[in-house]
Amino acid sequence: MSHKILLTSREVNIILHRLACQLLENHLDFKDTILIGLQPRGRFVAERIKQILEQQYSVQDIKLGFLDITFFRDDFRRSEKPLEANKTQIDFLVEGKKVVFIDDVLYTGRSIRAALTAIQSFGRPSQIELLVLIDRRFSRHLPIQPDYRGRQVDAINDEKVKVSWKENDGEDSVYLI
Amino acid sequence: MKELSVNHLLGIKYITPQDIDLIFETADQFKEVINRPIKKVPSLRDITIANIFFENSTRTKLSFELAQKRLSADVISFSAAQSSVKKGETLIDTVNNILSMKVDMVVMRHERPGAAYFLSQNVKASIVNAGDGAHEHPTQALLDSYTIRERLGSVGGKKVVIVGDILHSRVALSNIFALQMQGAEVKVCGPKTLIPKYIESLGVTVEPNLRKALEWCDVANMLRVQNERLDVNYFPSTREYSQQYGVDKALLDSLNKEIVIMHPGPINRGVEITSDVADSQQSVILDQVENGVAVRMAVIYLLASKIK
Repeated sequence: MSHKILLTSREVNIILHRLACQLLENHLDFKDTILIGLQPRGRFVAERIKQILEQQYSVQDIKLGFLDITFFRDDFRRSEKPLEANKTQIDFLVEGKKVVFIDDVLYTGRSIRAALTAIQSFGRPSQIELLVLIDRRFSRHLPIQPDYRGRQVDAINDEKVKVSWKENDGEDSVYLI
Repeated sequence: MKELSVNHLLGIKYITPQDIDLIFETADQFKEVINRPIKKVPSLRDITIANIFFENSTRTKLSFELAQKRLSADVISFSAAQSSVKKGETLIDTVNNILSMKVDMVVMRHERPGAAYFLSQNVKASIVNAGDGAHEHPTQALLDSYTIRERLGSVGGKKVVIVGDILHSRVALSNIFALQMQGAEVKVCGPKTLIPKYIESLGVTVEPNLRKALEWCDVANMLRVQNERLDVNYFPSTREYSQQYGVDKALLDSLNKEIVIMHPGPINRGVEITSDVADSQQSVILDQVENGVAVRMAVIYLLASKIK
Protein backbone atom coordinates (compact mmCIF):
# COMPACT_ATOMS: atom_id res chain seq x y z
CA MET A 1 0.00 0.00 0.00
CA SER A 2 1.39 3.39 -0.94
CA HIS A 3 1.98 6.13 1.57
CA LYS A 4 1.79 9.66 0.27
CA ILE A 5 2.82 12.41 2.63
CA LEU A 6 0.29 15.22 2.76
CA LEU A 7 1.85 17.35 5.51
CA THR A 8 5.31 17.28 7.06
CA SER A 9 6.03 18.07 10.68
CA ARG A 10 6.91 21.68 9.75
CA GLU A 11 3.71 22.12 7.77
CA VAL A 12 1.59 20.65 10.58
CA ASN A 13 3.07 23.18 12.99
CA ILE A 14 2.57 26.14 10.66
CA ILE A 15 -1.06 25.13 10.19
CA LEU A 16 -1.63 24.69 13.95
CA HIS A 17 -0.25 28.19 14.49
CA ARG A 18 -2.58 29.63 11.89
CA LEU A 19 -5.58 27.84 13.39
CA ALA A 20 -4.65 29.09 16.86
CA CYS A 21 -4.44 32.66 15.50
CA GLN A 22 -7.79 32.37 13.76
CA LEU A 23 -9.34 31.17 17.02
CA LEU A 24 -7.68 34.03 18.86
CA GLU A 25 -9.04 36.53 16.36
CA ASN A 26 -12.60 35.40 17.03
CA HIS A 27 -12.44 34.61 20.74
CA LEU A 28 -9.77 37.09 22.06
CA ASP A 29 -9.52 36.34 25.79
CA PHE A 30 -11.35 32.98 25.69
CA LYS A 31 -13.39 34.08 28.71
CA ASP A 32 -16.63 32.46 27.51
CA THR A 33 -15.03 29.92 25.22
CA ILE A 34 -14.50 26.23 25.80
CA LEU A 35 -12.31 24.02 23.64
CA ILE A 36 -13.51 20.43 23.31
CA GLY A 37 -11.21 17.82 21.78
CA LEU A 38 -13.15 14.91 20.31
CA GLN A 39 -11.83 11.57 21.52
CA PRO A 40 -9.71 9.80 20.65
CA ARG A 41 -7.62 11.72 18.10
CA GLY A 42 -9.00 15.23 18.32
CA ARG A 43 -7.46 15.34 21.77
CA PHE A 44 -3.93 15.81 20.37
CA VAL A 45 -4.96 18.72 18.11
CA ALA A 46 -6.78 20.40 20.99
CA GLU A 47 -3.85 20.05 23.38
CA ARG A 48 -1.44 21.52 20.82
CA ILE A 49 -3.68 24.47 20.07
CA LYS A 50 -4.08 25.19 23.76
CA GLN A 51 -0.30 24.98 24.21
CA ILE A 52 0.33 27.45 21.35
CA LEU A 53 -2.28 29.90 22.67
CA GLU A 54 -0.82 29.79 26.16
CA GLN A 55 2.88 29.84 25.32
CA GLN A 56 3.04 32.09 22.26
CA TYR A 57 0.06 34.37 22.82
CA SER A 58 -0.12 34.40 26.64
CA VAL A 59 -3.79 33.51 26.82
CA GLN A 60 -4.53 32.42 30.39
CA ASP A 61 -7.07 29.96 31.79
CA ILE A 62 -8.18 28.26 28.62
CA LYS A 63 -10.83 25.68 29.42
CA LEU A 64 -10.17 22.41 27.61
CA GLY A 65 -12.30 19.28 27.80
CA PHE A 66 -12.43 15.95 26.00
CA LEU A 67 -15.64 14.46 24.71
CA ASP A 68 -16.12 10.80 23.81
CA ILE A 69 -18.94 10.19 21.36
CA THR A 70 -18.95 6.38 21.28
CA PHE A 71 -22.33 6.01 22.99
CA PHE A 72 -23.87 8.61 20.67
CA ARG A 73 -22.74 7.11 17.37
CA ASP A 74 -25.32 6.10 14.78
CA ASP A 75 -23.49 2.92 13.69
CA PHE A 76 -23.88 0.92 16.92
CA ARG A 77 -24.47 -2.73 15.87
CA ARG A 78 -24.04 -1.68 12.24
CA SER A 79 -20.30 -1.44 12.03
CA GLU A 80 -18.15 -4.54 11.67
CA LYS A 81 -15.82 -3.56 14.47
CA PRO A 82 -17.06 -3.23 18.07
CA LEU A 83 -17.02 0.38 19.26
CA GLU A 84 -14.56 1.10 22.03
CA ALA A 85 -15.23 3.94 24.45
CA ASN A 86 -12.70 6.54 25.60
CA LYS A 87 -12.61 8.88 28.55
CA THR A 88 -14.82 11.94 28.64
CA GLN A 89 -13.43 14.72 30.76
CA ILE A 90 -15.50 17.86 30.96
CA ASP A 91 -15.19 19.36 34.43
CA PHE A 92 -17.32 22.42 33.78
CA LEU A 93 -20.77 23.32 32.51
CA VAL A 94 -21.05 24.42 28.90
CA GLU A 95 -24.33 26.25 29.54
CA GLY A 96 -24.29 29.58 27.70
CA LYS A 97 -20.66 29.20 26.58
CA LYS A 98 -19.09 29.26 23.12
CA VAL A 99 -17.89 25.75 22.39
CA VAL A 100 -15.26 24.89 19.78
CA PHE A 101 -15.15 21.22 18.74
CA ILE A 102 -11.66 20.17 17.68
CA ASP A 103 -10.93 17.05 15.63
CA ASP A 104 -8.16 15.79 13.38
CA VAL A 105 -10.05 14.70 10.24
CA LEU A 106 -13.52 15.72 9.08
CA TYR A 107 -14.84 12.97 6.82
CA THR A 108 -18.52 11.97 6.69
CA GLY A 109 -19.57 14.41 9.40
CA ARG A 110 -21.24 11.66 11.44
CA SER A 111 -18.86 12.01 14.39
CA ILE A 112 -19.64 15.70 14.56
CA ARG A 113 -23.37 14.92 14.45
CA ALA A 114 -22.85 12.57 17.40
CA ALA A 115 -20.81 15.20 19.24
CA LEU A 116 -23.56 17.78 18.74
CA THR A 117 -25.94 15.42 20.55
CA ALA A 118 -23.43 14.34 23.19
CA ILE A 119 -22.52 17.88 24.26
CA GLN A 120 -26.15 18.54 25.20
CA SER A 121 -25.65 16.30 28.24
CA PHE A 122 -23.44 19.03 29.65
CA GLY A 123 -25.75 21.99 29.06
CA ARG A 124 -26.87 24.26 26.22
CA PRO A 125 -23.95 26.10 24.62
CA SER A 126 -24.67 29.55 23.18
CA GLN A 127 -22.76 28.65 20.03
CA ILE A 128 -20.78 25.71 18.63
CA GLU A 129 -17.93 25.99 16.11
CA LEU A 130 -15.84 23.30 14.44
CA LEU A 131 -12.09 23.25 13.94
CA VAL A 132 -10.42 20.45 11.97
CA LEU A 133 -6.86 19.86 10.88
CA ILE A 134 -7.84 17.97 7.71
CA ASP A 135 -11.07 18.48 5.78
CA ARG A 136 -11.77 15.64 3.33
CA ARG A 137 -13.69 17.36 0.59
CA PHE A 138 -16.62 15.72 -1.30
CA SER A 139 -17.10 13.00 1.31
CA ARG A 140 -19.81 14.40 3.57
CA HIS A 141 -22.94 12.39 4.42
CA LEU A 142 -24.43 15.28 6.39
CA PRO A 143 -24.61 19.06 5.92
CA ILE A 144 -21.72 19.82 8.29
CA GLN A 145 -18.80 22.14 7.41
CA PRO A 146 -15.84 23.35 9.49
CA ASP A 147 -15.46 26.96 10.67
CA TYR A 148 -11.67 26.60 10.86
CA ARG A 149 -9.90 24.21 8.52
CA GLY A 150 -6.22 23.30 8.38
CA ARG A 151 -5.90 21.73 4.95
CA GLN A 152 -8.49 20.58 2.50
CA VAL A 153 -7.69 17.27 0.79
CA ASP A 154 -9.37 15.28 -1.95
CA ALA A 155 -9.21 11.58 -1.17
CA ILE A 156 -11.19 8.77 -2.70
CA ASN A 157 -13.28 6.61 -0.42
CA ASP A 158 -10.96 3.66 0.12
CA GLU A 159 -8.04 5.95 0.89
CA LYS A 160 -7.35 6.79 4.50
CA VAL A 161 -5.95 9.99 5.95
CA LYS A 162 -3.68 9.21 8.89
CA VAL A 163 -2.61 11.97 11.25
CA SER A 164 0.38 11.12 13.48
CA TRP A 165 1.45 13.02 16.58
CA LYS A 166 4.85 13.25 18.19
CA GLU A 167 3.51 12.37 21.65
CA ASN A 168 1.71 9.27 20.39
CA ASP A 169 3.27 8.08 17.14
CA GLY A 170 6.80 9.56 17.25
CA GLU A 171 6.38 12.30 14.63
CA ASP A 172 3.96 15.01 13.51
CA SER A 173 2.77 14.22 10.01
CA VAL A 174 -0.24 13.56 7.81
CA TYR A 175 -0.23 10.67 5.34
CA LEU A 176 -2.61 9.50 2.66
CA ILE A 177 -2.68 5.69 2.77
CA MET B 1 -10.94 -3.57 19.24
CA LYS B 2 -12.38 -5.78 21.92
CA GLU B 3 -15.67 -7.58 22.49
CA LEU B 4 -17.05 -10.11 24.95
CA SER B 5 -16.31 -13.79 24.35
CA VAL B 6 -19.95 -14.72 25.10
CA ASN B 7 -23.39 -13.80 23.74
CA HIS B 8 -25.13 -14.25 27.11
CA LEU B 9 -24.14 -13.49 30.68
CA LEU B 10 -25.24 -16.69 32.42
CA GLY B 11 -22.62 -16.87 35.14
CA ILE B 12 -19.10 -15.80 35.97
CA LYS B 13 -17.81 -19.30 35.25
CA TYR B 14 -18.69 -18.91 31.56
CA ILE B 15 -16.68 -15.71 31.02
CA THR B 16 -12.94 -14.93 30.91
CA PRO B 17 -10.72 -12.53 32.88
CA GLN B 18 -10.46 -10.45 29.68
CA ASP B 19 -14.25 -10.16 29.62
CA ILE B 20 -14.18 -8.87 33.20
CA ASP B 21 -11.52 -6.26 32.29
CA LEU B 22 -13.55 -5.12 29.28
CA ILE B 23 -16.74 -4.85 31.37
CA PHE B 24 -14.88 -2.77 33.99
CA GLU B 25 -13.25 -0.46 31.42
CA THR B 26 -16.65 0.12 29.82
CA ALA B 27 -18.27 0.62 33.24
CA ASP B 28 -15.71 3.37 33.98
CA GLN B 29 -17.09 5.35 31.03
CA PHE B 30 -20.71 4.73 32.07
CA LYS B 31 -19.96 5.82 35.63
CA GLU B 32 -18.89 9.17 34.14
CA VAL B 33 -22.10 9.24 32.07
CA ILE B 34 -24.40 8.68 35.08
CA ASN B 35 -22.75 11.57 36.91
CA ARG B 36 -23.48 14.05 34.09
CA PRO B 37 -26.30 16.60 34.36
CA ILE B 38 -28.09 14.54 31.67
CA LYS B 39 -27.49 10.91 32.50
CA LYS B 40 -28.57 9.25 29.31
CA VAL B 41 -26.97 8.05 26.08
CA PRO B 42 -28.83 6.95 22.93
CA SER B 43 -26.81 3.80 22.11
CA LEU B 44 -29.54 1.19 22.57
CA ARG B 45 -32.47 3.11 21.13
CA ASP B 46 -33.36 0.24 18.78
CA ILE B 47 -33.06 -2.53 21.39
CA THR B 48 -35.96 -3.91 23.44
CA ILE B 49 -35.27 -5.67 26.71
CA ALA B 50 -37.62 -7.78 28.83
CA ASN B 51 -36.97 -8.05 32.55
CA ILE B 52 -38.60 -11.24 33.77
CA PHE B 53 -38.51 -11.76 37.52
CA PHE B 54 -39.94 -15.02 38.80
CA GLU B 55 -38.57 -14.17 42.23
CA ASN B 56 -38.92 -11.03 44.28
CA SER B 57 -36.33 -8.35 43.81
CA THR B 58 -36.16 -4.66 44.49
CA ARG B 59 -32.71 -3.30 43.91
CA THR B 60 -31.56 -5.69 41.19
CA LYS B 61 -34.69 -5.02 39.19
CA LEU B 62 -34.49 -1.27 39.72
CA SER B 63 -30.81 -1.26 38.90
CA PHE B 64 -31.30 -3.22 35.66
CA GLU B 65 -34.23 -1.04 34.63
CA LEU B 66 -32.34 2.14 35.31
CA ALA B 67 -29.29 0.85 33.42
CA GLN B 68 -31.47 -0.03 30.43
CA LYS B 69 -33.24 3.33 30.46
CA ARG B 70 -29.96 5.24 30.74
CA LEU B 71 -28.93 3.44 27.54
CA SER B 72 -32.24 4.45 25.88
CA ALA B 73 -33.44 0.84 25.44
CA ASP B 74 -37.16 0.09 25.43
CA VAL B 75 -37.96 -1.86 28.57
CA ILE B 76 -40.79 -4.17 29.57
CA SER B 77 -40.78 -5.58 33.06
CA PHE B 78 -42.85 -8.34 34.45
CA SER B 79 -42.98 -10.28 37.65
CA ALA B 80 -44.28 -13.78 38.08
CA ALA B 81 -46.93 -12.87 40.62
CA GLN B 82 -49.00 -11.15 37.91
CA SER B 83 -48.24 -13.54 35.07
CA SER B 84 -49.59 -16.59 33.32
CA VAL B 85 -46.88 -18.66 34.98
CA LYS B 86 -49.36 -18.96 37.79
CA LYS B 87 -51.80 -20.41 35.27
CA GLY B 88 -49.38 -23.20 34.40
CA GLU B 89 -47.49 -21.85 31.38
CA THR B 90 -43.98 -23.27 30.89
CA LEU B 91 -40.87 -21.12 31.05
CA ILE B 92 -40.07 -21.51 27.34
CA ASP B 93 -43.64 -20.68 26.34
CA THR B 94 -43.70 -17.60 28.54
CA VAL B 95 -40.44 -16.32 27.15
CA ASN B 96 -41.21 -17.20 23.53
CA ASN B 97 -44.48 -15.32 23.82
CA ILE B 98 -42.57 -12.30 24.99
CA LEU B 99 -40.00 -12.70 22.24
CA SER B 100 -42.74 -12.78 19.58
CA MET B 101 -43.22 -9.17 20.48
CA LYS B 102 -39.71 -8.59 19.06
CA VAL B 103 -37.63 -8.49 22.21
CA ASP B 104 -33.84 -8.62 21.74
CA MET B 105 -32.64 -9.35 25.25
CA VAL B 106 -34.03 -11.04 28.35
CA VAL B 107 -32.90 -10.33 31.90
CA MET B 108 -34.23 -13.10 34.10
CA ARG B 109 -34.33 -14.06 37.74
CA HIS B 110 -35.65 -17.50 38.54
CA GLU B 111 -35.73 -19.71 41.62
CA ARG B 112 -34.31 -22.74 39.77
CA PRO B 113 -30.52 -23.06 39.32
CA GLY B 114 -29.67 -23.32 35.63
CA ALA B 115 -32.85 -21.59 34.44
CA ALA B 116 -30.89 -18.90 32.57
CA TYR B 117 -28.65 -21.50 30.90
CA PHE B 118 -31.71 -23.54 29.91
CA LEU B 119 -33.29 -20.47 28.38
CA SER B 120 -30.16 -19.55 26.44
CA GLN B 121 -30.21 -23.00 24.81
CA ASN B 122 -33.86 -22.82 23.86
CA VAL B 123 -34.80 -19.29 22.86
CA LYS B 124 -33.37 -16.80 20.40
CA ALA B 125 -32.37 -13.80 22.47
CA SER B 126 -29.44 -12.58 24.48
CA ILE B 127 -29.91 -13.75 28.10
CA VAL B 128 -28.64 -12.02 31.24
CA ASN B 129 -28.89 -14.02 34.45
CA ALA B 130 -30.13 -11.82 37.29
CA GLY B 131 -29.96 -14.71 39.75
CA ASP B 132 -30.89 -18.38 39.34
CA GLY B 133 -31.67 -20.11 42.62
CA ALA B 134 -28.55 -20.78 44.69
CA HIS B 135 -26.40 -20.92 41.54
CA GLU B 136 -25.08 -17.59 40.22
CA HIS B 137 -25.77 -13.87 40.30
CA PRO B 138 -23.05 -12.65 37.93
CA THR B 139 -23.81 -8.91 37.80
CA GLN B 140 -23.71 -8.72 41.61
CA ALA B 141 -20.26 -10.35 41.64
CA LEU B 142 -19.08 -7.98 38.91
CA LEU B 143 -20.24 -4.90 40.76
CA ASP B 144 -18.67 -6.20 43.98
CA SER B 145 -15.31 -6.67 42.25
CA TYR B 146 -15.69 -3.31 40.50
CA THR B 147 -16.25 -1.66 43.89
CA ILE B 148 -13.16 -3.38 45.36
CA ARG B 149 -11.12 -2.26 42.34
CA GLU B 150 -12.39 1.30 42.79
CA ARG B 151 -11.67 1.38 46.53
CA LEU B 152 -8.38 -0.57 46.67
CA GLY B 153 -6.99 -0.01 43.18
CA SER B 154 -7.14 -3.64 42.07
CA VAL B 155 -8.69 -7.00 42.91
CA GLY B 156 -5.60 -9.15 42.22
CA GLY B 157 -3.70 -10.09 45.37
CA LYS B 158 -6.44 -8.91 47.74
CA LYS B 159 -7.85 -11.08 50.51
CA VAL B 160 -11.61 -11.31 50.67
CA VAL B 161 -13.75 -13.09 53.23
CA ILE B 162 -17.39 -13.87 52.51
CA VAL B 163 -19.35 -14.14 55.75
CA GLY B 164 -22.72 -15.76 56.38
CA ASP B 165 -25.04 -18.11 54.54
CA ILE B 166 -22.77 -19.53 51.84
CA LEU B 167 -25.02 -22.56 51.31
CA HIS B 168 -28.01 -20.72 49.84
CA SER B 169 -26.09 -17.82 48.34
CA ARG B 170 -25.70 -17.25 44.62
CA VAL B 171 -23.85 -14.05 45.48
CA ALA B 172 -21.19 -16.09 47.29
CA LEU B 173 -20.68 -18.53 44.43
CA SER B 174 -20.43 -15.85 41.73
CA ASN B 175 -18.12 -13.81 43.95
CA ILE B 176 -15.83 -16.79 44.54
CA PHE B 177 -15.51 -17.37 40.78
CA ALA B 178 -15.03 -13.67 39.98
CA LEU B 179 -12.52 -12.96 42.74
CA GLN B 180 -10.40 -16.03 41.99
CA MET B 181 -10.46 -15.25 38.28
CA GLN B 182 -8.92 -11.86 39.04
CA GLY B 183 -6.27 -13.29 41.35
CA ALA B 184 -7.78 -12.58 44.77
CA GLU B 185 -7.68 -15.02 47.69
CA VAL B 186 -11.04 -16.05 49.15
CA LYS B 187 -12.08 -17.41 52.55
CA VAL B 188 -15.60 -18.15 53.71
CA CYS B 189 -16.85 -17.79 57.26
CA GLY B 190 -20.15 -18.78 58.83
CA PRO B 191 -22.02 -21.38 60.87
CA LYS B 192 -20.96 -24.88 59.83
CA THR B 193 -24.53 -25.69 58.85
CA LEU B 194 -24.47 -22.90 56.25
CA ILE B 195 -21.12 -23.80 54.65
CA PRO B 196 -21.47 -26.24 51.72
CA LYS B 197 -19.73 -29.56 52.34
CA TYR B 198 -17.36 -29.49 49.36
CA ILE B 199 -16.69 -25.75 49.28
CA GLU B 200 -12.94 -26.37 49.57
CA SER B 201 -12.95 -28.04 46.16
CA LEU B 202 -13.47 -24.51 44.76
CA GLY B 203 -10.11 -23.48 46.20
CA VAL B 204 -11.48 -21.46 49.12
CA THR B 205 -10.67 -22.10 52.75
CA VAL B 206 -13.13 -22.12 55.64
CA GLU B 207 -12.47 -19.99 58.71
CA PRO B 208 -15.07 -20.63 61.41
CA ASN B 209 -13.84 -17.78 63.62
CA LEU B 210 -15.06 -14.35 62.52
CA ARG B 211 -12.36 -12.36 64.33
CA LYS B 212 -9.58 -14.41 62.73
CA ALA B 213 -11.23 -14.06 59.33
CA LEU B 214 -11.48 -10.28 59.67
CA GLU B 215 -7.88 -9.98 60.82
CA TRP B 216 -6.77 -11.88 57.74
CA CYS B 217 -8.80 -10.03 55.12
CA ASP B 218 -8.73 -6.72 53.21
CA VAL B 219 -12.43 -6.89 52.37
CA ALA B 220 -15.34 -8.51 54.22
CA ASN B 221 -18.46 -9.22 52.19
CA MET B 222 -21.28 -9.67 54.72
CA LEU B 223 -24.10 -11.74 53.25
CA ARG B 224 -27.68 -11.37 54.31
CA VAL B 225 -29.29 -14.02 56.46
CA GLN B 226 -31.89 -15.25 53.98
CA ASN B 227 -34.71 -16.12 56.32
CA GLU B 228 -36.98 -16.94 53.39
CA ARG B 229 -34.65 -19.74 52.25
CA LEU B 230 -34.00 -21.26 55.66
CA ASP B 231 -36.46 -24.14 55.60
CA VAL B 232 -35.06 -25.72 58.76
CA ASN B 233 -33.17 -24.16 61.67
CA TYR B 234 -29.57 -23.80 60.60
CA PHE B 235 -28.63 -21.88 63.75
CA PRO B 236 -30.30 -21.67 67.15
CA SER B 237 -31.45 -18.04 66.99
CA THR B 238 -30.88 -14.78 65.14
CA ARG B 239 -29.46 -13.38 68.38
CA GLU B 240 -26.86 -16.13 68.58
CA TYR B 241 -26.03 -15.67 64.88
CA SER B 242 -25.39 -11.97 65.31
CA GLN B 243 -23.25 -12.59 68.39
CA GLN B 244 -21.01 -15.03 66.53
CA TYR B 245 -21.11 -13.78 62.93
CA GLY B 246 -22.34 -10.20 63.17
CA VAL B 247 -19.91 -7.30 62.85
CA ASP B 248 -20.25 -4.32 65.16
CA LYS B 249 -18.16 -1.16 65.48
CA ALA B 250 -16.28 -2.42 68.54
CA LEU B 251 -15.10 -5.51 66.67
CA LEU B 252 -14.14 -3.43 63.64
CA ASP B 253 -12.20 -0.91 65.73
CA SER B 254 -10.37 -3.65 67.64
CA LEU B 255 -8.78 -5.03 64.44
CA ASN B 256 -5.18 -4.07 63.73
CA LYS B 257 -6.06 -2.67 60.27
CA GLU B 258 -8.86 -0.96 58.40
CA ILE B 259 -10.91 -3.33 56.27
CA VAL B 260 -13.59 -2.61 53.68
CA ILE B 261 -17.13 -3.72 54.51
CA MET B 262 -19.47 -4.81 51.71
CA HIS B 263 -23.04 -6.04 51.72
CA PRO B 264 -25.18 -7.04 48.73
CA GLY B 265 -28.32 -5.76 50.45
CA PRO B 266 -30.93 -5.64 51.74
CA ILE B 267 -29.32 -5.33 55.17
CA ASN B 268 -30.82 -6.88 58.28
CA ARG B 269 -29.51 -4.11 60.52
CA GLY B 270 -28.29 -5.54 63.80
CA VAL B 271 -27.99 -9.09 62.43
CA GLU B 272 -25.09 -9.29 59.92
CA ILE B 273 -23.84 -5.80 60.64
CA THR B 274 -24.90 -3.09 63.05
CA SER B 275 -26.10 0.31 61.87
CA ASP B 276 -22.91 2.12 62.84
CA VAL B 277 -20.88 -0.31 60.71
CA ALA B 278 -23.26 -0.03 57.76
CA ASP B 279 -23.03 3.77 57.88
CA SER B 280 -19.29 3.98 58.64
CA GLN B 281 -16.48 5.24 56.39
CA GLN B 282 -15.30 1.68 55.90
CA SER B 283 -18.61 0.61 54.39
CA VAL B 284 -18.94 0.76 50.58
CA ILE B 285 -22.52 -0.48 50.52
CA LEU B 286 -23.94 2.57 48.75
CA ASP B 287 -21.00 2.63 46.30
CA GLN B 288 -21.98 -0.93 45.41
CA VAL B 289 -25.48 0.26 44.54
CA GLU B 290 -24.20 3.17 42.41
CA ASN B 291 -21.64 0.95 40.67
CA GLY B 292 -24.37 -1.62 40.05
CA VAL B 293 -26.00 0.68 37.51
CA ALA B 294 -22.71 1.42 35.70
CA VAL B 295 -21.66 -2.24 35.61
CA ARG B 296 -25.08 -3.37 34.36
CA MET B 297 -24.99 -0.66 31.69
CA ALA B 298 -21.62 -2.03 30.57
CA VAL B 299 -22.86 -5.63 30.47
CA ILE B 300 -26.01 -4.74 28.53
CA TYR B 301 -24.13 -2.43 26.15
CA LEU B 302 -21.47 -5.03 25.38
CA LEU B 303 -23.99 -7.86 24.91
CA ALA B 304 -26.26 -5.66 22.77
CA SER B 305 -23.35 -4.78 20.49
CA LYS B 306 -23.20 -8.48 19.58
CA ILE B 307 -26.86 -8.69 18.53
CA LYS B 308 -26.84 -8.50 14.74
